[in-house]
Amino acid sequence: MAAQHTHGQHDDDHFDGEQDFHVSYKGYATGFILSVILTAIPFWLVMAKVLPSSKVTGFVILGFAAVQMVVHMVYFLHMNAKVEGGWSMLALLFTIALVVIMLAGSVWVMYHMNANMMPTPDPAAMRNMP
Amino acid sequence: MSATFATHVNGAPVYYDRRGDYHPPNSTMLGFWLYLMSDCLIFAVLFAVYAVLGRNYAAGPSGADLFDLQLVAINTALLLFSSITYGFAMIGMQARRKAQVLGWLAVTGLLGLGFLAIEIYEFHHLIHQGAGPGRSAFLSSFFILVGTHGLHVTFGCIWLVTLMFQVQKHGLTAPNRRRLMCLSMFWHFLDVVWIGVFTFVYLMGSM
Repeated sequence: MAAQHTHGQHDDDHFDGEQDFHVSYKGYATGFILSVILTAIPFWLVMAKVLPSSKVTGFVILGFAAVQMVVHMVYFLHMNAKVEGGWSMLALLFTIALVVIMLAGSVWVMYHMNANMMPTPDPAAMRNMP
Repeated sequence: MSATFATHVNGAPVYYDRRGDYHPPNSTMLGFWLYLMSDCLIFAVLFAVYAVLGRNYAAGPSGADLFDLQLVAINTALLLFSSITYGFAMIGMQARRKAQVLGWLAVTGLLGLGFLAIEIYEFHHLIHQGAGPGRSAFLSSFFILVGTHGLHVTFGCIWLVTLMFQVQKHGLTAPNRRRLMCLSMFWHFLDVVWIGVFTFVYLMGSM
């Protein structure tokens, strides 16, 4: 433990986790420019109604969001397979697996429940129901 | 001191950690990361609720009727800028420049407060129009998801001001640097959640 602390830069008081932490203007600027581009394109696609089908637009902007999340993870949260000896990445992958199961499962199950609902006799009458 | 001896079957001695002071290095950062991951699950549940209920308008207004995308774009820009200004504070921390850290933290805090002001205005405007959280399942799930994110930003701002006083008083000591790094992860994590919110709720809701 103590041996790890001796190769610090300026002063001798260090806390765990600071050794593998190095930030630079270049890293933040790269992340910022990428995320500005990845934010501006979806807003433009939706606000200017560029693509003919809103379904296609939906999938495209979800793709942009996924890429932008990765950009933020790498350039702002400094995530890689080496931090904390790989445990951070493992926790992240586990969380992503849970989130995907939870989101996809909920949407899938509820979509089928809606689709299998008993047909309503008259949509106009339904609208006036309490 | 009475010593206990134990030997392995092959004759090699077995050592026990009797002081119990060993803990894996970097434990604070890993622990905070695990907290963020559990927070991520909270948001995932709220996103799932919105995904299921987000189109149940109960004959009320839809996202396309309510959302002001220009306001959302301003909010997104504020959070993005606050991310890079926090990054500048971290660069200052690495170079042990206290004034730079405090300056950029102040800018970050102001951007966060700007974000909150716009969000509160938006919520107030929606409720004033009769599109409050009680109007429909869509609006209930909208308010709980966006509101939870806003609550996180609020606590982030309080934490940030607290840390500014800490750094002002005690300087960039090791505990303060550790706290600044935790807040950095928290702040950038909120930005990642906001990507999901503006894409899934606002942009897809107003198509």
